[in-house]
Amino acid sequence: MTNKNSKVEFLPRSHFQELIEHLQQAGYTCVGPQVHEHAIHYAELAHADFLPQGMSEEQSPGQYRLHEAGHDRYFAWANGPQALKPLLFTPREALWQSSNNCEDNASLCFKELIPEQRPLAVIGARACDLAALYIHDKHFLQHGYRDPYYLARRKNMLLIAVNCTHPADTCFCASTGDGPRATYGYDLLLNELDDGFIIESHSEKGVAIQTQLNLQAAEASQLEQANDAVEQAAARQTRGLPAQNLSQPLLDNLHHPHWEEVAQRCLSCGNCTAVCPTCFCHSELDEPVLDGSHSVHYRQWDSCFCQKHSYIHGMTIRDTAGLRYRQWMTHKLGSWHEQFGRSGCVGCGRCITWCPVGIDITEEAKVICSGDQHD
Amino acid sequence: MTNPYLPYEATIIERIQESPNLFTLRLCFTDPKLQSDYCFEPGQFNMLYLYGVGEIPISIVSDPKDEHIIDHTIRAVGRVTNAMSNLKPGARIGIRGPYGRGWPILEAEQRDVVVVTGGLGCAPVVSVINYMSHRRERFGKLNIVQGVKHSNDFIWRDRYDHWRELPDTKVLLAADDGEPIWPWHVGRVTDLFDQLEFNKDHVIVMLCGPEGMMRVVIKHMLEQGVAAKDIWLSMERNMQCAVGHCGHCQFGAKFICKDGPVFCYEDVKSLLGQRGF
Ligand code: SF4
Ligand code: SF4
Ligand code: FES
Repeated sequence: MTNKNSKVEFLPRSHFQELIEHLQQAGYTCVGPQVHEHAIHYAELAHADFLPQGMSEEQSPGQYRLHEAGHDRYFAWANGPQALKPLLFTPREALWQSSNNCEDNASLCFKELIPEQRPLAVIGARACDLAALYIHDKHFLQHGYRDPYYLARRKNMLLIAVNCTHPADTCFCASTGDGPRATYGYDLLLNELDDGFIIESHSEKGVAIQTQLNLQAAEASQLEQANDAVEQAAARQTRGLPAQNLSQPLLDNLHHPHWEEVAQRCLSCGNCTAVCPTCFCHSELDEPVLDGSHSVHYRQWDSCFCQKHSYIHGMTIRDTAGLRYRQWMTHKLGSWHEQFGRSGCVGCGRCITWCPVGIDITEEAKVICSGDQHD
Repeated sequence: MTNPYLPYEATIIERIQESPNLFTLRLCFTDPKLQSDYCFEPGQFNMLYLYGVGEIPISIVSDPKDEHIIDHTIRAVGRVTNAMSNLKPGARIGIRGPYGRGWPILEAEQRDVVVVTGGLGCAPVVSVINYMSHRRERFGKLNIVQGVKHSNDFIWRDRYDHWRELPDTKVLLAADDGEPIWPWHVGRVTDLFDQLEFNKDHVIVMLCGPEGMMRVVIKHMLEQGVAAKDIWLSMERNMQCAVGHCGHCQFGAKFICKDGPVFCYEDVKSLLGQRGF
C-alpha cells in the first residue's frame, strides 16, 4: 500500500548516490548488494560505486555463475545466497552470559546481551525476501514470546525494496504468490529502468527520505515500462509448486518411495536450510571463556538435516536422510500453513541453486504430491 | 519487556537420590520476590541451567500451591543432567519458566480420572496426581496405573502407598519383569485395565511415558468408548529454547514446548506413531 503522502517520482541513475547520502545523513548505515567471492552478498555499502553495476548471473540446480553483462543496471540479477535473514536472525549470536563468582556454584549472575543495533537501511530487498521477513516477523515477534534480539535489529531497519526484473531459472516466486513485485514491509520501493529508478514511499520514514531527494516527475511511459518489466519477470519463470497449500497431499504421501530416492542423492549438508530465507531452526550452546570468569550462552543456526536436531534420550527421531528431507519438505510446504497461515516457501529458488547435488524442491514436490508411487 | 531466554538464579535447598540414576532437586529462587510471584500448572516445565554446561527442560513435580519450593525430578542421562547430578545443597543453578501447557485439570474436575504412566519416574504426571490427591473431593474415581520395565525401576513406593489410601482411588502397578518379592502384577499395564473403574462418558485419561506404550493405551481406551477429546498425553522432543523459536521440538505443526507438552490426543493423532516425527 502506498503511503498517502507518497509521490511516484523518477530518480536518475546519476543521482542514486544522493539517496545513499541522505540515508547516511539521517543516521542510517547503508547495507546493499555487492560482489564478494563471485556471488552477490549484502554488506555495508559506503557508496553507489560498490553496487554490482553491469552484473548479471545464471543459476540452475547446483550452479551459480556471475558475469559482466554489459549494461548499466545495479539490480539486474536475481538473489545470491543470502539477503535479509542474516541481518536480523544472525548465524550466531550471544544471548546472555553468566558468571559464577565463587567456588562450588555458590553464586550465579546472569546478564542479557541485547545487541546495540545501529539503524540499518537495506537497499535492494527483493519480494521473496520481504515475504520471508513477514514470516520471521510473525515467528519471532508475534507468536507468543517476543524475541528481544530479533526485535533490537528489526525495529531500527529501513527497507528499500527493488522489484525484480531478472528472475533466475531457479526462481518461482510468481507461483508462490510472493513476487516479483514486493508487497510487504518496505519503506521505499524502486523500479529500475535503464537510466534510473521509479521511486515511491510506503511509510512515513520513507516519505521523509524521499522528500529530501532531487527528483523528477515520473512519466506515464516510464511507469508503463517499469510495470511491463515486472510482469515479464513473472512470465519468464518456468518452475512452480503444484499448489500453494500442499499440506494434505504431503500427509497423504508420507510413505512415497520418492523420499528414499531423494535421500540417495541428498548429502544432508544442510545448505538448503542455511540459504532458505524462512528456515528459523537454531540451537543453543554455552561456552565458558578461557579465563573461567564467565560463560556465554549463544544461539546459532541449526538444520533439520543434522542428526542431532532430533536427538532425545539416546535416540534420534530422524535417523535417515529420507526422514530428514521429509521433515524439511512437509514442514516447509505443509505444516507451515497451520503455523503461519501460509507456506514456508517464498519461491526464491536458493535451495535449488545452492544444493551441491541439485535437488529441486519444485520437482520433488511434484513427484511426491502426485501420489503416483511408480517413479 | 522481559527476556524469555534469560534464566534467574536459584538455590538447591535439598537433593534427594530417588534411584541409582534419578534424583530430585528442591529449588528456590534466590530472589524472594521471584519465588513468591512464581506460579505454574501441573504438567508445565522449566529450563534448568548449569553454569558453563547448558540448559535442559525438566517438568515440575511439586504442588503449585507450595510457595516455597520448586521440585524437579531428573534422570541423569545426558551431558547436562549428569553434571547436574553432582550438585550439592547450597549450589546455584539457573531457572527460566514455566513453559508450555499443563494437564486439563479444570476439565477433569468432577470427572473420573485415569492416569497411566510407563517408564522411569514419569515426573509429568506425578505433579498432577499430587495435585488431585490434595484436592481429592473435586474429582471422581481416581485410577493410577504405573508400568515399569523391571520392578527395581519402581520409585516413590511411599507415594503410591499414600495414594492407595485415598478415598475412591485405585493404584495398579505392573512390571514387565519382577523380582520374586514384587507384590504386584508381572506383565503389561494393559493387562490391568479390566480392573479400572471409570465412567467412559465422564472421564479424563492422562498419559505419560514411551509413545509406543501410550499408543497401546489410547487404542484400548478408544475401544472402551472413551472419546479422543478426553484423552491427554505429555510428549517429549529435543528442546533448546522452550519458547517456540528454535524449531527443535516440532511435531508436525505443533511446537511441543509451547503448544504442549500436554496435548489432547485429538490434536496429535494424525502423526502419533509415524516414524520420523
Ligand atoms: S524452500 Fe527453497 S525456494 Fe522456498 S523459500 Fe526456502 S530456499 Fe527459497
Ligand atoms: S537437499 Fe541438497 S542442500 Fe539440502 S541437505 Fe540435501 S544435499 Fe544439502
Ligand atoms: S524448544 Fe525451541 S521451538 Fe520448542
